[in-house]
Order: sequence, then structure tokens, then C-alpha cells
Amino acid sequence: MWYSPRSMHIPDGFLSILVAVLFWILSTLIVSLAIRQVSQERDERKLPVMGVLAAAIFAGQMLNFAVAGGTSGHLLGATLATIIVGPWAAILVMTCVVAIQALIFQDGGLLAMGANIFNMAVIGVSVSFLVYSILLKISKGNRWGYYAGAVIGAWSAIEAAALAAGLQLALSGTSPANIAIPAMAGIHALIGLGEALITLGAITFIMSTRPDLLTSSSQAVRGRSSLWIVGLALAVILAFLSPLASTHPDGLERVAEQQGFIKLAQPSVFQLIPDYIVPGINNTTLATIIAGLVGILILIGVSLILYHLRHKTHK
Amino acid sequence: MHLHIIDHYQKMKSPIHRLDGRVKLVFIVSVILSCTLLPTNAWPAYILLFSVMVALILLSDLNIAYVMKRSLLVLPFLLTALPLIFRASEPSIITYTVDKITITISQGGLIRFTSLGIKSWLSVIAAILLASTTSFTELLLAMRSLKTPRLLVAVFGLMWRYLFLMFEEVERLMRARLSRSGRDLSSPRRLGGSLMWRAGVTGGMAGSLFVRSLERSERVYNSMLARGYDGEIRSLEEPPIQSGVLLWLIIAVAGLFLLVIVTNLLMGSL
Repeated sequence: MWYSPRSMHIPDGFLSILVAVLFWILSTLIVSLAIRQVSQERDERKLPVMGVLAAAIFAGQMLNFAVAGGTSGHLLGATLATIIVGPWAAILVMTCVVAIQALIFQDGGLLAMGANIFNMAVIGVSVSFLVYSILLKISKGNRWGYYAGAVIGAWSAIEAAALAAGLQLALSGTSPANIAIPAMAGIHALIGLGEALITLGAITFIMSTRPDLLTSSSQAVRGRSSLWIVGLALAVILAFLSPLASTHPDGLERVAEQQGFIKLAQPSVFQLIPDYIVPGINNTTLATIIAGLVGILILIGVSLILYHLRHKTHK
Repeated sequence: MHLHIIDHYQKMKSPIHRLDGRVKLVFIVSVILSCTLLPTNAWPAYILLFSVMVALILLSDLNIAYVMKRSLLVLPFLLTALPLIFRASEPSIITYTVDKITITISQGGLIRFTSLGIKSWLSVIAAILLASTTSFTELLLAMRSLKTPRLLVAVFGLMWRYLFLMFEEVERLMRARLSRSGRDLSSPRRLGGSLMWRAGVTGGMAGSLFVRSLERSERVYNSMLARGYDGEIRSLEEPPIQSGVLLWLIIAVAGLFLLVIVTNLLMGSL
């Protein structure tokens, strides 16, 4: 078995040069902010922890379990990293994972790496951080807060990253918004479930063997607010922009056109005609919202069942 | 069961292998950049770039079949661009109507889809060429001299050092699970346990991998301290790039730049 590529790593050529450069700049800014934050902590221990954890996450992405009919659930690890080492260090860890995957295994492009880092490291980590810290606050240190935070954080991180990737593809004119966004969101709603379940299992394991890892990091999690705002902002933007973009793909294209995105991206042959016809997709906003609600309901149900099962076996 | 996560670097002594890592990194990134900047439908330019890549692969003694096989990695992602074909732009090649749904395959869409696929494929070939002829240490040095933040380079270096160890750790975990999992031969499609149970087991594996890696990092930290680590990673200064090689790099990058401009002028207005 070769190292198998993942659907969320955008290869080179799929993003227009402007989108690629834009996200390189954004990612560079946030990663350098993370570097500054981590260096300010003056914790010499952080370096070996980040290095080994990055290796563990990369290797841990091989872990899978059979779902049905040859498909399998995988781990991506942004949420686990966030929970264990805190958001800023987790951004660096995920950046390293994404960069090595692109450089050595050609999983994701070099020019597209800025966007990939933005999706998986910045969005993945800040959204997990947002959800996890909210649930820790709500639960007031009860155990269920850790579990619920891990599950919901993992699922929403994957979903948010997928939505961002869909938007980037649509903005580049590679894939029309009313197909790219619902498709990415739909597929990753399922992939996110696998991620959520594995993360839950991992947190349960860590809680029973090294609870200090979770409780010590939860102190650190509470202290920071700036990334919390970033996560919230990103989540809100994605939640509003993607259903909007997928129902009004020509709207996004008009923006792209006005900004000169599309002209720069494709100076030749292709003429923009927004009335392409695709069977089966009519009311996408409704579909996206319903899919999201169903996903959340399934998630809550699943986590409750699993929680009760675990509770029973412990007795 | 082997995961076969191997370092794609192949230790050889070809001229490409011996080339300075910085030169290779800059050149390959420029190739990928120009691939993205080339217009659609620019077949001569694609063929030119492809032949340059093939020439470099031959020059580097890599097995060309191996490179081609690995480059097919990009194929699954092409699905996301598939809708381009069905955009109803003129002239359409095939129009197919079932009931009230019309499916149109347009020429513009088809050309754009194929161009995108080829450009992406060329980029992957270039990236494979870089990864299989440059050792990771050399890449690290190149990244450092190209002003990548030191902390990031240090994490890269540590990550690479422990990556293969972690792969083996995962392999051991998976082998342990496999050896404890029976299989019902009478109905091979049936999987053992419930879905939740399987997910829980995998989650436990992930958790134990993380705990083990954190404990390992504590040991690594101690041994780093024992060797005099004080929070700073030091390394020797990079020697300057040989002026002859530098000249060739400038010529090559300028050539790519010229190719992009000329093709955009000639083909862009079509």
C-alpha cells in the first residue's frame, strides 16, 4: 500500500495563481504569529514535543478502521494536536505535517501549500480550539466536556476545512461553486464522523492513562482569547459564505470577475457563462443546512450512545 | 503487512543528485509556478516542459516508469474539476437530453479540463524529481538558507528523524490489532464487532500512539539536554552557491519566465 493521498490536499494547478498567493500570504502571517507565540512561552520542552508529535500525527494518519464495503475511517489529527499541545503549537505541528506531505510525498502541491496549510493547520486547529474551549467552559471541567469537545471539535474542524477548500476551488474557477462546495461538504461530513470517533477513542484512552495531559492543557486552553476569535470568525464566515456561494455560484464568480481573479487566472479560451446545467441539485442552501443538521443530530446521538456504553463497561 | 512508507530519496551519484539543494528547490518551484501560469490549450509549451522533465529524469538516473507511476497520484483529485466539462459554453460537442435534463459536453470545458489535468500532472512530476534526488537534510539546509523560520526548520528536522520510528510504531499497533482480530470465512464481508467498537479500538490506538510519542519526546528532551541543548539549534553556515551553477539557474528560471510570457502572448488571446 502506497501512502494514499487525501481528498483535502489540493494539488498544484487546481488553484489560480492569485488564490494560491493570497493564501500563502495569509498562512505565512498566521504561522509566523504562531512561531512568535510559541517562542514567547520560552518552553524549551516544546520543540521536541512538536517534532515528535508531528511525526506521530503523520504516522497516525495511517490508522484506519473498516466502515462498510471497503471504505474506511481515517484520522487527520488537528483536533488531537490542539487538545494536547494547545492551539499555537498545534498550528506549527499541522503546518509541518502538511509541508512534509507536499514536499516528500507529493500529497498536495507546493504552490497550493499555502491554501492547504490554511485549511488544515489554521482552520482545522482554530475551529477545533473554538469548539473544544467552549465545551470545556460549558461543562465546567466535567469529563463529558472533554469528550463532547473532542467529538464536535473534530467533526466541525474537518467540515470547516473542507468548505474552505471548496471555496478556494470555486474562487479559482476550477470547480463551480454549486458543485464543489456541497460535494466537499457532503463527503467530509462522513470523513469528519470517522475523525470524530477516532478522536473520541483517543481522548478516552488518554483520559484513562494520562489524564494530566488533558487537564494541564485545558488550563492553557482557557487562557487564550485571540485565536478563539479567529476560529469564531472563520467558522462564521465559512458557515455563511458557503451556502450562499453554492446557491449563487454566479455571485461568487461576479466577485471573482470584479476583483480580476478570473481574468488573471484564465486569460484565454474560457468564457464565463453562469448557466451550466447539472441534474439533481436544486435548492442547495436547504440541502446544505439539512445535511448539517442531520450530521449534528447523528453526532450527538452517536456520542451519547458511546458515552453510555463506555459508562456501562466501566461499572 | 507492510505500510511501505519509504523515503523517496534515492541515493545515487547522478549530476542532478550532486546539484546544490538550494538550486534544485528554486528551479522546481519555478517550474511549478510556470505550470500554473501557462494558459489553457498551450500544448506546445506543455510538451516542451514535459520533455525538459523527462530529460532531467533521464539525467538523474531515476527509473522513468517509477516516476510516471507515482505521478498518477494526482488523478483522483481531477474529479473535482470534472464539472468543467459540462458547462454549457459554445461550441458544444455532445448534447444529451433525458426527460427535462440536458447534459452538454462543451469543447471549451473539455479543453480546460484536459489542460488543468496536464498542468497539475507536470507539477507533480517536478515535485517527484525534487524529492527523489534531494536528501531531506539537503532540503532542510535549502529551506533554512531560503529564510524559512528557524523554529519551523527545527521542527521539520525532528519530525523527519522520528517519522519512520512512528510509522513502525503504527505498523506494530496495526499488526497487534490484526493478530487479535478473527475473520469469519463463511461470510467474509461481515466485519467483526460494531462500527462504534471498531472506531473505539482505532481511537485507543491513536491515543496510545500519542501518549507514547509524548513520553518519547520527554526522553528526547532529556538526551538533548545531556548534549548541551539550550533552546537554540545551531548549524554551520551554508557555503555560497558556485557561480557557474548560479548562472545556469538564472538562465533556466529566465527561460521559464520567457516561456510563460511568450505562450500567454501567443495563446492567451485565442
